[in-house]
Amino acid sequence: MSPEPVTREFMLGEGSGTGSGQNLQVGVGPAHPAMHGIIRIVTELDGEYIRKADVEIGYLHRAFEKDCEVGGYNNAIPYTDRLNYVSPLINNFAYASAVEKLLGIEITERCKYIRTAMAEISRICDHLTCVGATAMELGAFTVFLYMIKAREFLWELVEDVTGARLTISYGRVGGVKADLPDGFATKVGAAFKQTREVLDEVHRLLTGNRIFMDRMIGIGALSREETIAWGITGPLLRAVGVPYDVRRAHPHWAYDRVEFEIPTQKDGDNFARYLVRMAEMEQSMRIAEQALVAMPGGPVNVDFEGRPIDPASYVDQGKQGKTEGLLLVPIRLSPNLQGQNRPALEQVNVADKRVVMPPKETAYGSIEGLMNHFMLVMEGYGIRPPRGEAYFASEGANGELGFYVISDGTDRPYRVRCRPPCLMPVAALAQMIQGEMIADLVPTFGSVNMIGGELDR
Amino acid sequence: MTGGEILQRLSDRFGVAIVETHQELGDATAVVERGAIVDVLRFCRDAALIGCDVLVDLTAADYLKFPGREDGPRFEVVYHLYSLAHNHRLRLKVRVDEDDAVVPTAVELWPIANWLEREVWDMFGVRFAGHPDLRRLLMYEQFVGHPLRKDYPINRRQPLIGPKA
Amino acid sequence: MGVGSFFTSKLDEAIGWARKYSIFQYPFVTACCGMEYMAAACSHYDVDRFGAGLPRFSPRQADVLFVVGTISHKMAPVLKRIYDQMTEPKWVVAFGVCTCTGGFYDNYATVQGIDTIIPVDVYIPGCPPRPESVLDGLMKLQDKIALQTQRF
Repeated sequence: MSPEPVTREFMLGEGSGTGSGQNLQVGVGPAHPAMHGIIRIVTELDGEYIRKADVEIGYLHRAFEKDCEVGGYNNAIPYTDRLNYVSPLINNFAYASAVEKLLGIEITERCKYIRTAMAEISRICDHLTCVGATAMELGAFTVFLYMIKAREFLWELVEDVTGARLTISYGRVGGVKADLPDGFATKVGAAFKQTREVLDEVHRLLTGNRIFMDRMIGIGALSREETIAWGITGPLLRAVGVPYDVRRAHPHWAYDRVEFEIPTQKDGDNFARYLVRMAEMEQSMRIAEQALVAMPGGPVNVDFEGRPIDPASYVDQGKQGKTEGLLLVPIRLSPNLQGQNRPALEQVNVADKRVVMPPKETAYGSIEGLMNHFMLVMEGYGIRPPRGEAYFASEGANGELGFYVISDGTDRPYRVRCRPPCLMPVAALAQMIQGEMIADLVPTFGSVNMIGGELDR
Repeated sequence: MTGGEILQRLSDRFGVAIVETHQELGDATAVVERGAIVDVLRFCRDAALIGCDVLVDLTAADYLKFPGREDGPRFEVVYHLYSLAHNHRLRLKVRVDEDDAVVPTAVELWPIANWLEREVWDMFGVRFAGHPDLRRLLMYEQFVGHPLRKDYPINRRQPLIGPKA
Repeated sequence: MGVGSFFTSKLDEAIGWARKYSIFQYPFVTACCGMEYMAAACSHYDVDRFGAGLPRFSPRQADVLFVVGTISHKMAPVLKRIYDQMTEPKWVVAFGVCTCTGGFYDNYATVQGIDTIIPVDVYIPGCPPRPESVLDGLMKLQDKIALQTQRF
């Protein structure tokens, strides 16, 4: 990778090229333009070549693991959003699945498909951001604008379902917050059509681009054995030819019922990682489309004879003693709580009273529902998995995202450990950039897709 | 090999060094004596039918406030292993006391153990004997204490600059 | 508005007008808010139409420090140094609730609001703030910049 060092005259502080001179220390970061996150790389340069690099992380340590121990099991969901904040849905669902494993419950079929589809949409957002930011740092600013445009389409979908664009807190232990809105499949179709056009355009702009290829091919490569020894999973492992994907190896949610390929490459350099990510986006779109088509449950039906009434009237009716059939009357909630009604909730949440909040009709309309709600919300009660530990791995956008949850039988998690998929490539970064030129640090760091929230937790 | 078979093989080979095994919730788990952990890890990595070539995670847990285990060994260092070829997982645990919180390092087996052990040192204060460069990973060097320990209050402020409150 | 004579107040207005429409931001991006910052800066919620579209990744060349995302105690000295390196006139925008008050990270690692370290001009709350909030904050910053007076 680096040619024979040549003896030449240098200014004071620079290496003499023979390796016996004084190398120049250049610090990259922690605040630096590569907008992936804050990290400090202290490089020792011999001319332009990096002889040694020391990577320092921890600048975004926000005590995720300690914060999860403070409240109930569902309390940790917003903290998990902010782990890998470009694909927050995957974090939510992976954590919820780890707790469900501890509880020993199985989520509903519709929920599995919802989780699959939303996780794939999140994965596409992550890859769009990664490829866009990497391209921008190499000078292709247009590609970044196109990718963020595509990401906006997907964020509109996410906002439709969850109510927020980025930090969505959509997953719950035992299900998801609410069902998909009406007409979601059509909107997904339209958004994916636009996204495919963007990806097509980016392919034409970047994949055969001489400058992009020159800057990415052969740079930052790790061999297959090194990649495995460093514990690296995800697109970087698939870029060296190992077709390991947690979605295939340990099928969870609805991944065993959809068809998708696992794109791999051989070289393990930055260009291979870029190609893997681009191919994965197409596969993710395939998965999401199949999941939305195959989703059981169909459209949400309003049941029984009752026209929906608003909650205050519902409560009044109960207080006045007009309770026959009250449990079957649907409550009309305000539009941003859409999907709270019982038929929708039953489709997406486990029918387990210890875990899932009862629908509003039951909570307002019957004493059992009220007590159920109380037992889940009051301090000291709540979701109480039996004592034990569980590790659940899902395929995050960067690799195997694992949650190791230890429960002591109370309503608060005893220990929540997030296995960060991007810690491993960042640990290996020093080895990846050894011998490369300082300018090669930029695309290598971009292809590692370090997300600060996940790295430092 | 199934989880049970792997655990059986470990018990056969290492005898009393495997303190206990269980397979709760489908995760094959073995608690290993501290002195034997590196050998067990090496065996798990290199043995033909086990072949756990990926160190998925190396973490720890503080059992100070765990009901029923307050008097036992305080820290438990947990290794999660995975085999790419055979697609099985394994969890190994080492229990150490608070006043003797040292575990042999796994750095020669997997280079990623370097950073993962640094994080365990940073967060829990468990030392790793033989580690080339055991310093803090996530917190700043001047930080006092080990934050993920149960007796470290979550909102104790130790700012580098700025007011203390 | 301007203190002093007609000419200095008109000069103040002119300088304020020029400054507010040529904001060179230093995006000190750390965390999730960075994603909404990117969204605000890109084509859908374009920040360039306010004249603030050119981020300068050097504090010496920037005049507005957008602190985007959680600041941990490890990062705080870096933030202070960056702020000190900027030349006057400079303004600071606290983008996101982690920078305003620490957000919901009430723990050992997070600075409970960057105004404990550096003076802040505009606070944009939200976790993360929608790009519309960002643009609103930017416009408030522009109003503040326009109203500043020069001392001769």
